[in-house]
Amino acid sequence: MNTQDRYLRAVYLIQVATNEPAGTGAIADRLDVSPASANEMVGKLEADGLADHEKYKGVTLTDAGIERARKTVETYCIIERFLFSVLDLEAYNEEARQLEGVIDVTVAERLDTIIDRRPECPDCFDAEADQCAFLGAEADD
Amino acid sequence: MNMEARVASEDQLVRLLQVGVVLEEVFEARAEQHYRDLSERDRETVGNEVVALLTEAREESAEHRRRLEALIDDLDAETIAFDRIQTLVAEQYGETKPDDFDGLLYDQLHSEESAYKFYDDLLEGIENSDAEFGVSRERLLETLEAIREEEAEGVERVTRLMEQE
Repeated sequence: MNTQDRYLRAVYLIQVATNEPAGTGAIADRLDVSPASANEMVGKLEADGLADHEKYKGVTLTDAGIERARKTVETYCIIERFLFSVLDLEAYNEEARQLEGVIDVTVAERLDTIIDRRPECPDCFDAEADQCAFLGAEADD
Repeated sequence: MNMEARVASEDQLVRLLQVGVVLEEVFEARAEQHYRDLSERDRETVGNEVVALLTEAREESAEHRRRLEALIDDLDAETIAFDRIQTLVAEQYGETKPDDFDGLLYDQLHSEESAYKFYDDLLEGIENSDAEFGVSRERLLETLEAIREEEAEGVERVTRLMEQE
């Protein structure tokens, strides 16, 4: 997943969790980057037609931005579920975060052919816990 | 550059090599399923080249898996058993199998392209990293570059076949 996609996902998950535009401070916090970096990338998202940035209000994804962000959440869910159910890893969430930068969406789509993902995906993603809500419950069982 | 594309530790390298093994196992098992799915008559209609493509794709994936497993073994880690992935592919194949012959070629192309992308990203991740690994960096890069090259040839081969159809 590239840097732009990580930002798109962060904005999307903040919007879903708060039902409001995402502030650049919240985006920076979520990605653990400086506010200046977040501002710069928000400008790029806007230039690419993926987001609208209104001063003092925050960032809202466009339809194209939402579509791409949802794809990135789905890709992350595939990696998580693959690590949990195929590689039997307890630390699937932590490892998914480490690996997502090196596993492309096309690769995730192939891994998706051997996992049993929920039909609700990616709507079942828990933005606060930063993982699939169902997978979290399955792991606790 | 992708800010996350870096293989930060040996554990991460092992995990990615294991992902590579599973990917190759998926390709191998799916090519096997595609072959079985073609009826005797279909096999005559589609011609030798497509049958050879599926057979050689299986053999190539098995060979790539062996090379990755040799690296994993030298890193004192375990591989992922083929029969387990073969079973998972078979269980899900009904829902993910191509609808027709064009779909079959497209599926093969997707496998080759995603494999190429995987090794390309993995190589970039290793090159961006200063981490020390339990296998020589030279051998690691040589092995992965050779596999990536073969995947690129695979993409070209399937593309040529699709253009002929």
